[in-house]
Amino acid sequence: MSKLNIFTRGFIKENAVFVLFLGLCPTLGTTTSAINGLAMGLATTFVLVMSNIVVSMVKSLIPDKVRIPAFIVIIATFVTVVELTMQAFLPDLFEVLGLFIPLIVVNCVILGRAEAFASKNNVFDSALDGFGMGLGFAFALTVLGGIREILGSGALFGFNFYEGDGMLIFVLAPGAFIVLGYLIAISNKINSKA
Amino acid sequence: MASKTESTFRNMLIALFVVSFISATTLGYVYEFTKGPIAIAKLKKKIAAIKKVVPEFTNDPNADMYKIVSDIEGDSLEFYPAYKDSVLTGTAIKTFSDLGFTKRIYLMVGFLPDGSIQNISLLEHAETPGLGDKMDKKKSNWSEQFNGKNPANYKLTVTKDGGDVDAITAATISSRAYADAVDRAYKILMANK
Amino acid sequence: MEYLLIIISAVFVNNIVLAKFLGVCPFIGVSKKVETALGMTGAVMFVMVIATIVTYLIQKYVLEVYGIQFMQTITFILVIASLVQLVEIILKKVSPALFQALGIFLPLITTNCAVLGVAILAAGNKGFGLIESVVFAVANAIGFGLALIIFAGLREHLDLVNVPKGMKGVPIAFVVAGLLAMAFMGFTGIA
Repeated sequence: MSKLNIFTRGFIKENAVFVLFLGLCPTLGTTTSAINGLAMGLATTFVLVMSNIVVSMVKSLIPDKVRIPAFIVIIATFVTVVELTMQAFLPDLFEVLGLFIPLIVVNCVILGRAEAFASKNNVFDSALDGFGMGLGFAFALTVLGGIREILGSGALFGFNFYEGDGMLIFVLAPGAFIVLGYLIAISNKINSKA
Repeated sequence: MASKTESTFRNMLIALFVVSFISATTLGYVYEFTKGPIAIAKLKKKIAAIKKVVPEFTNDPNADMYKIVSDIEGDSLEFYPAYKDSVLTGTAIKTFSDLGFTKRIYLMVGFLPDGSIQNISLLEHAETPGLGDKMDKKKSNWSEQFNGKNPANYKLTVTKDGGDVDAITAATISSRAYADAVDRAYKILMANK
Repeated sequence: MEYLLIIISAVFVNNIVLAKFLGVCPFIGVSKKVETALGMTGAVMFVMVIATIVTYLIQKYVLEVYGIQFMQTITFILVIASLVQLVEIILKKVSPALFQALGIFLPLITTNCAVLGVAILAAGNKGFGLIESVVFAVANAIGFGLALIIFAGLREHLDLVNVPKGMKGVPIAFVVAGLLAMAFMGFTGIA
């Protein structure tokens, strides 16, 4: 597999959210606006890349039977680093994303990539994979967040398009499910054509 | 492919111990590093909330903060006095209530020296979006009904319970909690004058 | 805090899946048949309740006492991972049939955001004592099961209906989930 391929497949062909259906909780829970989705996506990408790198570095040192707990500790460490850093330097964003920051640790994308890729490939490829999957995830979240923001509050990245409220339902729970459903359908269409 | 370490009991134990140890020390270091900025961010937020609810002050309310034990075991309220050149212009009280729908809610209530309410700021809550979250000034003006009222002649319970507070439609529980928190602050303020 | 209020809130109004978005992965993956949904709910409830108890105790008597709350994420997830391992071992010995039936879904409970989410929420609520936390955990597990089982029933129906090609399978499932979430929003009036 070429290096470029490793990086780009995370965007469309094997997009974590639209194709692999991983990491759905934060996808639905943090996408009330484009910027929230983007922030969550980037935080997750950071953890994904770092843990992929570390897992790839120690893969031959950790006995097979304890690899899952070991991976979990590694991932949880980076999640806590993100938690603390955000609390210190981006407190407003931290409050908005709330519970979902510590929940990055159970984002199936991260453990999934550690197990499926980083534990079997070299550091550079693992980092690339982390970036590709992570940014693809961030992309999905930003798109979902953007659509919900436009339809639900008439703004995008905070810039208002029209006065007054949009269709509130899109910023609330049901809207998340519905928009995601349609996005997956669109992604299926794109992938089947490619 | 590099050789893999065997899954012997000894190796497993060592591996887990080393990973945990490195993780704990890394986090300890990051924690120390971020402790300062986190405290600063929290303080900024607190002072901003205090500024919203009491008249102008020249002191440092946080430095002059004192705690008074509340009616709930193990919990106290934080009193932040506001002085303008040594004259008490108001007291901001961080109060709470457990009567809410999800978790404990926190308010910052600003009282003038005569006991009347200057303003109230919502600090922390997890009430239902679209309903209970109307307690938040960003979502609706509901909470402004408290401003200017003196609890000496304004009963701090919802009208359903015989009080003077107009509950949020379909969010009686959240409204009750809000009133309860304000009432708690008032009662303890008066008891400790 | 009133127990009834905690229960109604967790099961209906703030349903863990449909309102809080926790536990969505198994929601989509397991809900194809009502039987698997039931089995999953049972396993999740068991892990969720015990995990909440253990993590509550750890939060109160270790993390807060030593001022190391930043270790919460790591300790909590390790507790959950160990509990799931324990459940697997016990289940294998006590009821191999059930163990087989649950298959891959058992280890997946570790990454179920609902379990970690509930533990963190209970530990973070200063108004909760141990008993309230347990009630909260049980109620949330019931809410999870409720959403899962209703959804499984709906999906069994969907398989028999004509759905536009592009929407078949997961997409239409999400749209239906959205409608279910909308229905649950009606419960907020109970307050």
